[in-house]
Amino acid sequence: MALLQLRDLNKHFGGLHVTNSVNLVLEQGEIHCLIGPNGAGKSTLFRLILGEHHPGSGQIWFADEDITALKSFARIRRGLSVKFQVPGVFKSLSVRQNLEIALQSRLHGAALDKEIEGLLAFLNLEAEQAQLAGNLSHGQKQWLEIGMAISLKPRLLLLDEPTAGMSPEETHLTGEMVRRLNAAGMTVLAIEHDMAFVRQVAQRVTVLHLGQVFAQGSIDEIVADERVAAIYLGQAHA
Amino acid sequence: MTGFLGLFRRLEGPQTLGRGPAFWALFALVLAGALAYPLFSDGYTVGNTVYFFVWVFIALSLSLIWGYGGSLSFGQTAFFGIAGYGYGILTINFGASYGFTWIALLLAIGMAALVAALLGYFMFFGRIGGVFLGIVTLAVTLMLERFMAQTAGPEWRIGAARLNGFNGMSAMPPLTIPWFGGPIVLFADVGLYYVVLAMLVLVYLALRILMNSSFGNVIVAIRENPERAEMLGYDIRKYQLITFVIGAALAGLSGVLYTVWGQYITPSSMGMTAASLPLIWVAVGGRSDLTATIIGTLVVLSGFQALTIYGSQYALVFMGVLLVLTVLIAPNGLVLGLITWVTKRVARRKQETA
Repeated sequence: MALLQLRDLNKHFGGLHVTNSVNLVLEQGEIHCLIGPNGAGKSTLFRLILGEHHPGSGQIWFADEDITALKSFARIRRGLSVKFQVPGVFKSLSVRQNLEIALQSRLHGAALDKEIEGLLAFLNLEAEQAQLAGNLSHGQKQWLEIGMAISLKPRLLLLDEPTAGMSPEETHLTGEMVRRLNAAGMTVLAIEHDMAFVRQVAQRVTVLHLGQVFAQGSIDEIVADERVAAIYLGQAHA
Repeated sequence: MTGFLGLFRRLEGPQTLGRGPAFWALFALVLAGALAYPLFSDGYTVGNTVYFFVWVFIALSLSLIWGYGGSLSFGQTAFFGIAGYGYGILTINFGASYGFTWIALLLAIGMAALVAALLGYFMFFGRIGGVFLGIVTLAVTLMLERFMAQTAGPEWRIGAARLNGFNGMSAMPPLTIPWFGGPIVLFADVGLYYVVLAMLVLVYLALRILMNSSFGNVIVAIRENPERAEMLGYDIRKYQLITFVIGAALAGLSGVLYTVWGQYITPSSMGMTAASLPLIWVAVGGRSDLTATIIGTLVVLSGFQALTIYGSQYALVFMGVLLVLTVLIAPNGLVLGLITWVTKRVARRKQETA
């Protein structure tokens, strides 16, 4: 069953056609990676899905509902959630409070505390719970924000470069987190540059180039595709 | 019952300084001192003390909107003025019998809140934020001052109430409690002192509960990162608007109490100077904490008062210097900085001895 459908989505910034007739179907339960060179329009596509930008034309369907006209918060309440590229944690609040704010619309009292404990363990942040989020390492901030994003129990989790700035071990741990979330039923759409991560988690890959869907398939198909190598992987895997 | 007890639990939390028996013992001690104070003073001095308390509500409103919410508003004095004039117009027309002054107090605050709701709706739902919020609110404040300043002519009247331009509106009745042996009129004296003190304690505790509730959590989240807050599913415009309206109501309470205290209000209470002074008290105290805001406001205000007595020319200059020093030394506020520093020292000392 299709969870998210982008139908002929277009977005212009002035004369720049950043999203060019994009059609994309995300199946319920898959981990889908979005790759492409810088400026391919990956983050813009996320902003369109989240309602931070509005498309010039085209539609966005989520769980059989047209959400194109909905405000961001309303989309989130329908079951979308996001981790931004630059970690968007609440810096001068404690790690615990960050999670509480993400969870409080769903849980209260003892159930809330229990969920926070569980999340802290999942994110490897138990020892840091009283620290201010601004004092965490870069990787830990990424995890905290992933934790906040999954607190909402979303049906679709959007991850914008979840492993940017992480060490290889941290990247691997993040990949494991994503796979565990997926095993628990969460559909994931991730923008990622780290091919090791993509290989670790992705079931399907979409290549975006100049605002258009350039290729789509399994990671092996994408790597084998010479046209893709020419525009993107060629530079990384020469 | 559990809901009620839950409220008490919210009296302390991550958004407010002070927790545990030691803090509340200190709070009780300060309160007891404030209650006993009129016994050791004369009515005139006590009446002057009320003047300081009057301003604390507008300071708290700024702490709420700016310190907790992250939106710098220059509009608080506008709401102060609207409510102050509103009280005057209502009571001059309808008198003080049957406890009407209290209804007028509520209506006047309601007026300020209503104007804030309208203005706030256009600002927040039009996604005006950051520095532009400051500009818009300042413009509204100054516009209101200019407007009131040109109402000197006799044609500017609402019923029996002359607006009176720069000379200001006066002779409105003070707050009056209807009583069996004849109404109790609260002039700037011991009676008014206790009433305002009670309001202050109530507002302080209520704000502590509000800021430590899930609502307060969202307000602080919006200050930290509005995009993230929205992407957790919160309609941040709604939260900002509610905060703005609550803040306007508090500023309005200040305005009414000010008018009641001196039976007098002028357009300059909405001028540029009037709009900036509360910002200085709150910034110097520590805008992101209620307790620091109250202490800062009372200390700076009494210092300012003392200065104006000994050399009025320099008092405002000194305020400016104080603000610059605060921004340079302790951007989060001198009082807040001091409290944090002391608590850290004590905690370290405890750790060392343990």
